[in-house]
Amino acid sequence: MTGQTKPDYLSHAVLALGVFLFALPVWLVLAGSTQDSDAITRGEISLIPHLSGLSSYPRVLTEGTMGTEPVWHMLLVSLGMALCIALGKIAISILSAYAVVFFRFPFRKIAFWSIFVTLMLPVEVRIIPTYSVMATFGLINTFTGLWVPLIASATATLLFRQVFVAIPDELVEAARMDGAGPLRFLKDIVIPVSGANIAALFVILFVYGWNQYLWPLLVATDPGLDTIVIGLVKMIGVETQTDWSAVMATAVLALLPPVAVVLLMQRWFVAGLTEGEK
Amino acid sequence: MDRRTTFDGWLLPVLLVLPQLLLTGFFFYWPAGEAVWSSLTTQDAFGTGVVFVGLDNFSDLFGDPLYRQSALLTVGFCLAVAGLAMGLALALAVFADREIRGKGTYRTLLIWPYAIAPAMSAVLFLFILDPRVGLLGRWLNRHGVDWDYHLNGWQALTMVVLASAWKQVSYNFIFFLAGLQSIPRAVTEAARMDGAKGWHRFRTMTFPLLAPTTFFLLVVNVVYAAFDTFGTINALTHGGPGKDTETLVLKVFRDGVVNQDIGSSSAQSVILMLGVIAITAVQFRFMGKKVTE
Repeated sequence: MTGQTKPDYLSHAVLALGVFLFALPVWLVLAGSTQDSDAITRGEISLIPHLSGLSSYPRVLTEGTMGTEPVWHMLLVSLGMALCIALGKIAISILSAYAVVFFRFPFRKIAFWSIFVTLMLPVEVRIIPTYSVMATFGLINTFTGLWVPLIASATATLLFRQVFVAIPDELVEAARMDGAGPLRFLKDIVIPVSGANIAALFVILFVYGWNQYLWPLLVATDPGLDTIVIGLVKMIGVETQTDWSAVMATAVLALLPPVAVVLLMQRWFVAGLTEGEK
Repeated sequence: MDRRTTFDGWLLPVLLVLPQLLLTGFFFYWPAGEAVWSSLTTQDAFGTGVVFVGLDNFSDLFGDPLYRQSALLTVGFCLAVAGLAMGLALALAVFADREIRGKGTYRTLLIWPYAIAPAMSAVLFLFILDPRVGLLGRWLNRHGVDWDYHLNGWQALTMVVLASAWKQVSYNFIFFLAGLQSIPRAVTEAARMDGAKGWHRFRTMTFPLLAPTTFFLLVVNVVYAAFDTFGTINALTHGGPGKDTETLVLKVFRDGVVNQDIGSSSAQSVILMLGVIAITAVQFRFMGKKVTE
């Protein structure tokens, strides 16, 4: 290629444009969160942040805005929901994949296929009936109701199944010779060798859980269970007198945790995503 | 493919697989079954009970011009979002795959939007395109363009397509880049020796080799656009103005949750389920047997 002699200006231009298109909306919100709400309402939003105007942050964190719960509380609900979904799904998926791969038991194929069928059916297509099932269990407006139904899906199970099938037979034989039982083997060998996959899946599921919208909207009408995403959409739905800088500060706070998780665990996440889902 | 060596016993594996089976049963099969049952019933005239009506809900839907319109809208919306999100991502991936300075930084800066919620992308786009508050929206209005997506259906549609596609570019970028990196060096070298350049090399060699990735992404993007964009659309337009941005998922939500027409809403859910099952079946038919091998 020509790259050795002169810089590849075209590539830099295209990539910089891409970076700009992604960064602009977020920068705008970041800058706006430091500005006066009345000015924003008049359309005088500036791309330059006012460093003196950070007061929106402590205000929304402790008090909320326009009648919402305090933002710290909504962040806590989101964090709890994302963590429960990520860890819960990883746990039940490891167990079921381990059973399906390392054992022969009656109805094993049926068990696997009945899980597998759920692969791509999102919550969105079974909104009403799932709601009535939730009502039967008394899970409407409970924290449990927010996350438990969302961990019933096959993606993670399939991923772990692929990983477990590839574990060398020698390892299993060695473990059996040492007299290690199946649970020991799971704890000492299988989980450690799947570490990178678990990390990748954690990122994917954390983001998935944090970003839920339709499900919490449906099962939790109690404002005390509002996630940060629900709260934010409520804020922009206010017809009059929107406190824009508060909305923008909330948006920034809502963005930070999932973005941080993706960036901090980028290496595992990218590898795990592309090898797991293809 | 099965393992050769396994552990003995059946009680332990049954206990291990049980949590997931129970969850799947309670929150997947039960609701799905109930959806199918409700789709075959309707509220009686007094609202006191349900009566079995066979496939009436379905024939009502297919005869309803509003439903057909929403279905058509959804197809167009999905294709627009998938096309835009995949086209942009492919362009970025091709350049990010080149040997340039700072490519690691570029990649990181193009990957992070994966973390953005669909509803969040709606909020971000509001600040760009809202006719009163948004940066670009105000600019357009000042320069003689009558921009208000609250009133103009096409503008509303444009806006939800942009916001939905924008959020999905990162995901596609990650997969296209991985696909490009898995093309063997020898193949690239050979093409270069043959004198294949730039666009020609991309069209005749790179793009065909990316076909599996492209097909996989097409399925994922269509499913994303059909379902996950509920948050984006609901936050931005609520399906309006009128019903101009009311995709099928929004319609299920409105008919079922807001209007409490359980029979029709369930029938719509069943149609969507069949749609997803069909897409998944096509995907596995073409994408290989990794799952069942």
